[in-house]
Amino acid sequence: MSFEEYKNLWVFLETEEGKAKNVGYELLTPGRRLADETGEKLVAVVIGKDTEEVVKNAVAYGADQVLVVEGYEYFNYNTDTFSYALEQLITKYKPSIVLIGATNNGRDIGPRVACRLRTGLTADCTGLDIDEETGNMAWTRPAFGGNLMARILCPDTRPQMGTVRPGVFKKGEKDETRTAEVIYEDIHLEADKVKTKLLERVKEVAEAVNLEEAEIIVSGGRGLGEAKNFSYIRELAEVLGGAVGSSRAAVDAGWIPHAHQVGQTGKTVAPKIYIACGISGAIQHLAGMSGSDTIIAINKDPEAPIFDVADYGIVGNLFDVIPALIEEIKTLKNS
Amino acid sequence: MNILVCVKQVPDTTEIKIDPVTNTLIRAGVPSIVNPFDGYALEVAVRLKEAVGGKVTVMSMGPEQAKAALKECLSVGADQAYLISDRAFGGSDTLATSYVLSVALKAVEEKERAPFDLIFCGKQAIDGDTGQVGPELAEHLGYAQITYASDVIMEDGMLQVKRESDEGYDYITAELPAVITIVKTPFEPRYATIRSKMAANKAVIPTLTAADMPIDTSRCGLKGSPTKVKKTYTPVREKHGIKIEGKPADEAARELVGLLSDAKIM
Repeated sequence: MSFEEYKNLWVFLETEEGKAKNVGYELLTPGRRLADETGEKLVAVVIGKDTEEVVKNAVAYGADQVLVVEGYEYFNYNTDTFSYALEQLITKYKPSIVLIGATNNGRDIGPRVACRLRTGLTADCTGLDIDEETGNMAWTRPAFGGNLMARILCPDTRPQMGTVRPGVFKKGEKDETRTAEVIYEDIHLEADKVKTKLLERVKEVAEAVNLEEAEIIVSGGRGLGEAKNFSYIRELAEVLGGAVGSSRAAVDAGWIPHAHQVGQTGKTVAPKIYIACGISGAIQHLAGMSGSDTIIAINKDPEAPIFDVADYGIVGNLFDVIPALIEEIKTLKNS
Repeated sequence: MNILVCVKQVPDTTEIKIDPVTNTLIRAGVPSIVNPFDGYALEVAVRLKEAVGGKVTVMSMGPEQAKAALKECLSVGADQAYLISDRAFGGSDTLATSYVLSVALKAVEEKERAPFDLIFCGKQAIDGDTGQVGPELAEHLGYAQITYASDVIMEDGMLQVKRESDEGYDYITAELPAVITIVKTPFEPRYATIRSKMAANKAVIPTLTAADMPIDTSRCGLKGSPTKVKKTYTPVREKHGIKIEGKPADEAARELVGLLSDAKIM
């Protein structure tokens, strides 16, 4: 393997029904920074159907070049068709680094392609930089439930691949005046090599929880005591125009669906304001929210670890503090 | 239906402690458990077997102690177990691990003279949290893969898998053989009974080493692993925030909103 042949940093922009997942745009932010650092091109890879809008956005968010694979079969994700297209592109263009959003589909295609190329893939990264000593990509990721951080290199094979958690990086400012080269590649896998088939898609609109995009999140944990007390959390979130999150304990207790869970086995979020109510701050929860701009903790235990990461904290009974807070916020809004 | 479930023995990460000096796990006193997602995978496999008939085999790559995890699987519905163990496999990353498992799977098929129709894995192990071994195993074998499944049924001879998506879930079918990775299921895995535990304890679990299968050891262990851990460290999370303590709720709330408004956060 001749390393000189491998250059440029790729961001895989996952699409579904012609729309890109947010994490793809988020990854163009560190992608731009790293490509500038290594003096390489930032290339966005779009596999999908009706992708004009996605291609335009990729350029506006900083891509120097966009590789597009369009086709009817790419309307919905399929492991075989998508991994074939990505593998073909990588084999032809030889990128040095490939970033993939760690969504369910990203974590489906990443290992499939990395294995086919017999290269390394680092899962679920939260930090990306160039290793000063070796010039390799350095992937930082939490392990052991967030108790330990690991810095991982892929020094002997190319490309260097990694999946990156949604919500860790922020989308940049769009610059609609940017231009970039757009290359269309015609890649289709023979139908008889497609081993899985989508039978039905069920969208649970009522349960749509867009935590990754919320600017304010109010989360509840074990301290709520029972399911119905999530009304306190919902009400505070509503007054603030925010979304409702939760700790794993509250999900495990069956008080709220998994889609709301923030933490190592839930979602990673980085809102402007994160309010943790009745959440002790287990390390696996902190792994999912410590990147928030401002963290506010409400907890009756003054020793709770959540206070170690909080910018502001109130030690007190949340059933008294939350209603008082709602009143104060209403007063502030009306003033 | 001949089913294989791949399981991993992991430290219970909810009880883990890190040595602050060496940044390594303090293993002493930390219980070893069957990776919970593998437990769900086993339950799905056993339910499927109960519905359509067949056999469930569990396989684990790990040290001799991992037999304890395999015995636990035997006590909750698995019919037989294999341990895949060799010094040459130690230090494997996901690519190397999945390679070993793919070769071991073929070796087990040969021994049993029966190919597997379905291979189940947990969606990820709670120690490494990568979720990559399942799909990489599928790739090594050239099989269909469905990840993040919460239920698997056979209806009129057709496989139907419920897969979590960002907006809800998808129903997907696949050609067999297929590799399916399982998330937390809506149902709890069954418990062992005293009788099933005693039977599992008596079970003899065969071990397959590198010598028992046609394996390229240069693709195993540390040297067969393209990813290298450069260093590990404990995350630093000390902030010196403002803590409002010992005040009535309304006063504390007023003070907090005042601070947030002064700092232009709210």
